[in-house]
Amino acid sequence: MVKVILRNREWELRPGMTVRSAILKLGLDPEAVLAVRDGQLINEATLTRDGDTIKLVAVISGG
Amino acid sequence: MKCKKCGGVAVINMRHHRLALCADHYLDWFVTYTQRTIEKFRMFGSGDRLLVAVSGGKDSLALWDVLLRLGYQADGLYIKLGIEHQGYSDRSLDYVQRFLETSEAANPPRAPRPTQHVLHVVDIKGTYGESIPELARRTGRGRGKPCSVCGLVKRHVMNRVAQEGGYAALATGHNLDDEAAVLLQNTLRWQTGYLARQAPVLEATQPGLSRKVKPFCRLYERETAAYALVRGIDYIYDECPHASGATTIFHKELLNRLEGRSPGAKHSFYLDFLRAKKKGQLLLPAEEVELHPCEKCGQPTTAPGLCAFCRLWQ
Repeated sequence: MVKVILRNREWELRPGMTVRSAILKLGLDPEAVLAVRDGQLINEATLTRDGDTIKLVAVISGG
Repeated sequence: MKCKKCGGVAVINMRHHRLALCADHYLDWFVTYTQRTIEKFRMFGSGDRLLVAVSGGKDSLALWDVLLRLGYQADGLYIKLGIEHQGYSDRSLDYVQRFLETSEAANPPRAPRPTQHVLHVVDIKGTYGESIPELARRTGRGRGKPCSVCGLVKRHVMNRVAQEGGYAALATGHNLDDEAAVLLQNTLRWQTGYLARQAPVLEATQPGLSRKVKPFCRLYERETAAYALVRGIDYIYDECPHASGATTIFHKELLNRLEGRSPGAKHSFYLDFLRAKKKGQLLLPAEEVELHPCEKCGQPTTAPGLCAFCRLWQ
């Protein structure tokens, strides 16, 4: 399985989908997050692998 | 997905530019694109002294980093607002100071120019007697949220420090998403005065006013965040506790939904607005505001007597 983390939320998804598909599947906006795996930024077409932990970084700020 | 420059693994794909880049080429592209923006809008020159407003967030620290890499003489200004919720202000300042400690070694400039830089810290409570939340509570301004007081105080302090230090320009980390969200908000309400003033460069039209520039105004927010991540800049990730539910964030989310359906929508929305304005295609009211010095602080103000900032402290 693939663990996806955004702030204090966590999900588990099946491996083999792209990062973009994973973000969409979680109901999130791909424009509003970046994905990091093993400390490295990864692009949206990257395929997730079994055992991955993907940290999503929210990019929207303001007030 | 491969880097368009070298064929290596891309870390980011910018659909509106049809450009995917690896980490090294992304860092290069980002710095070059910022320099092009500085030149395109004639923001400042190589010999100008700059003051960069830094909050500890991704945009401002990335901006300071890029300006130093480009060899500009750029000092920082951190305004300690006194937001105590989960130590927000203290933690923000820690990030800025940590950046300052590491930036000397981590910023080999592209050009052999001086990179001596300092950080000015203005503690609002220490300087004026009350923190931003205390000031907002006492004055009742902003309907229970300190954001409007915060904006007013920051604009005053930034202008004061830029003036006192003789800086050629005050640079802020506003990105394209910030500008597009403001544009959307002002368009929805047809705030023609604000639309007339919105620009990448706010000229010092009066004595006592500093020139303000936004070198990241053509970069998406996800691009500045990506730069900070790839460059290893440690920034405060938590949002200001008072920003929750802010209209700006809602407008950014709306614009991102448009962007998802139509890559480049935000880019066109903002930059075509600037182009149309420059060509005179938008009939917006000319700025004819009469300013005069505040009786107390001397900063330009439209109000007779004291400026809005000085009235806060009465």
